[in-house]
Amino acid sequence: MDRRSFLKSATGVGVAAATGGLAMPALAQGATKTLRFVPQANLANFDPIWGTQYVVRNAALLVWDTLYGVNSKFEPKRQMVEAEEVSADGLTWTFKLRSGLKFHDGSPVTAKDVVASLVRWSARDPMGLMIRAIQVELTPVDELTWKWVLKQPFPKMLFALAKNNAPCSFIMPERIAKTDPFQQITEYIGSGPFKFARSEWVPGAKAVFEKFADYKPREEPADWMAGGKKVLIDRLEWVIMPDPATAAAALQSGEVDWWETPLADLVPVLKGHKDISVDIGDPLGNIGAFRMNHLFPPFNNLKVRQAVATALNQEDYMRAIVGEDDKLWKPLPGFFTPGTPLYTEEGGEMFKKKSVAEAKKLLAESGYKGEPVTCIVAQDMAATKSMGDVTAELLKSIGMNVDFVATDWGTVGSRRAQKTPPGQGGWSMFHTWHAGADCVNPASYTAIRANGEKAWFGWPDVPPVEEHITSWFNAKDIAAEKEAMGKLNKAAVENVVYVPTGFYLGYQAWRKNVAGVTSGPFPVFWGVAKG
Amino acid sequence: MLAFVVRRIVTTIPVMAFVALFVFSLLYIAPGDPAAIIAGDQASPADVERIRASLGLDRPYLIRFGEWSWRVLQGDLGTSIFTSLPVTQLIAQRIEPTVSLMVLTLIFAVVVAVPMGVIAAWKAGSWIDKGAMAFAVLGFSVPVFVVGYLLAWIFALKLEWLPVQGYTPISEGLWPWLRNLILPAVTLGLVYIALIARITRATMLEVLQQDYVRTAQAKGVAQKDVLFLHSLKNAAVPIVTIIGIGIALLIGGAVVTESVFAIPGLGRLTVDAILRRDYPVIQGVVLMFSLVYVLVNLLIDLTYTLVDPRIRY
Repeated sequence: MDRRSFLKSATGVGVAAATGGLAMPALAQGATKTLRFVPQANLANFDPIWGTQYVVRNAALLVWDTLYGVNSKFEPKRQMVEAEEVSADGLTWTFKLRSGLKFHDGSPVTAKDVVASLVRWSARDPMGLMIRAIQVELTPVDELTWKWVLKQPFPKMLFALAKNNAPCSFIMPERIAKTDPFQQITEYIGSGPFKFARSEWVPGAKAVFEKFADYKPREEPADWMAGGKKVLIDRLEWVIMPDPATAAAALQSGEVDWWETPLADLVPVLKGHKDISVDIGDPLGNIGAFRMNHLFPPFNNLKVRQAVATALNQEDYMRAIVGEDDKLWKPLPGFFTPGTPLYTEEGGEMFKKKSVAEAKKLLAESGYKGEPVTCIVAQDMAATKSMGDVTAELLKSIGMNVDFVATDWGTVGSRRAQKTPPGQGGWSMFHTWHAGADCVNPASYTAIRANGEKAWFGWPDVPPVEEHITSWFNAKDIAAEKEAMGKLNKAAVENVVYVPTGFYLGYQAWRKNVAGVTSGPFPVFWGVAKG
Repeated sequence: MLAFVVRRIVTTIPVMAFVALFVFSLLYIAPGDPAAIIAGDQASPADVERIRASLGLDRPYLIRFGEWSWRVLQGDLGTSIFTSLPVTQLIAQRIEPTVSLMVLTLIFAVVVAVPMGVIAAWKAGSWIDKGAMAFAVLGFSVPVFVVGYLLAWIFALKLEWLPVQGYTPISEGLWPWLRNLILPAVTLGLVYIALIARITRATMLEVLQQDYVRTAQAKGVAQKDVLFLHSLKNAAVPIVTIIGIGIALLIGGAVVTESVFAIPGLGRLTVDAILRRDYPVIQGVVLMFSLVYVLVNLLIDLTYTLVDPRIRY
């Protein structure tokens, strides 16, 4: 019996739960409207600036509000801000807060809180660091107003403050925001639509959020991080379930109401259940990837990288990750998230070739001498394990010598930072994935950077890629942005900054008595009601 | 007796010191970096280094070990790298579900396994014996998670008697507490039953050959008294020993069982900590489990004096 068959049969347990009405005394509904949600991962820490895992960002969006928020069109919209003004030379930004905003401890939100929060955020966020590098001053002007003076214009200012990529520019009380950005905060006080019930937090098991009665939602309709965050439930419980079969069973039995990331193998069972709705969760999905080490042979040779990219068949990778469901994947002849305004396939032909013969020819031309490819593969992550197995076969098929190192994600996380040669504790290749939300443009797309030593793991050094990224940041209109993105994609493909293995999506599932569930790059709890 | 207990408790100290040194050293040389996990994929190497420094992970081994040992001696197991919560608090949050699961498993296993082993020995070679031993082999062979899914399938899917996941504290009522633990305890107990039943059978087979058993039977003592009073008492030492050794099995099995049944216990805390390289939590939990294991062995030694009056300390 293979993994998929076993999980499917094990999930039959859930059918029993559903039909049997397995009432759970501890979970019995009281008068308060409680929504029980199974998140993608454990909420192990709760400082969204110190730790940038997406599960932390998702929880932080409940507790801390942001100055701006992106909507589903990737437009930055005012959230805590009432108005902003930029000087004619583009150097001085002046912002004003909405009045009457309160933190969960009852204190008012002021410009001092905002300034302290932006200082902490800009020390850790890639866009924040760019602003910090050109900053003259960031100071409060009065109780509700502050200004940010720069040495040179930064056209993407509002996007930086609105973006949903971790770390977001969450606003905290000044006393908390003054914590060293490399130290964890110990108080979880925000001004967002939910309060964090710290006393009920059992890391690895449960996290509880309660409706914040004094929250002032905007009047506009909610749209992702933008608009009015109107909370229609009293209490939100995150129930951590490491076993997907158990989570499926709990959803069917009604012990939980909403499961963020059902395993693709279990989705047919959930779709067949009369009380459960299933739909795409995050429409921005994920981009599967493997990165090659540009510092050492064989992948310091462009032709070797091109040979691997030419042989690649993305369908093999995507089938290994999502199975037979064609709704869940797309080929990706480039590096950016499909379906987003700046998406481009310019110059992406290499990823469409799927030609082993041409790859062998390129490999022969490269002068490859059979150096071992140290391929480190995390076995405890389904996606990386699946991709690693496909890659091993791919490399062998074109005649490369594979040293397959099966390990866990924690080890990959530290080993990929090693710049020593592959045979001395370093590596040649590792697999990962990038959230599609990070790949809509170069703003927070660390993986596309090719600035050598400062680049992400693999350390590609491709000046044209960096030039086009700079062009995008300086672009003044959408046409200029699109032009920069096209050139960037082409340069990144030609130089094989890394290899995308395809674009894939995942489902979410919820009980039909829960209304208002929408697709988004994070679970949106405002506007969700439970009958 | 008192001197023995004191001597055993004193000898616990070097054992615990060795465990502490071993665990700390093992984690020190193990690959993985919590700072990289915390920093996330967007972080630069400099950011990772700063986080590592802020956590004190860049300091020399001996200094870190010395500081940690000193804190442990004062009853402070440290603070979780990820949650910033004291390790003692994390353990306290998780101890009730795990202790409940282990105690219930222990009771279930002993109640089933000892009579099974005794009867199998008494009816050695019969279909009862063969059936019991086949069950024991099955218990050893089938992985805990398969048993868990299978039992849930039968008792939740087919019979609709019990829930499939979760834990209810005993403070919320005995039946709600028990209801959530029945399937996990049976799941975890099967391998333990197999172990105890086999040892009981083997020991009883030897005892049943003894002259005093034959004498008891010859003078007309009832068979149940021969088995459970005369024979079992004399076979008890190895059985009690194996029950003690089996505690280690329970600790290992609890890790899997808690995951399958979504029980927020120490097993899951341990797995989560290992995957994230949360060193203080791993060290604290392993140290605690070691202490439990040492104390259980002490308890077993003391139990010998109750079941065999010839043993004196």
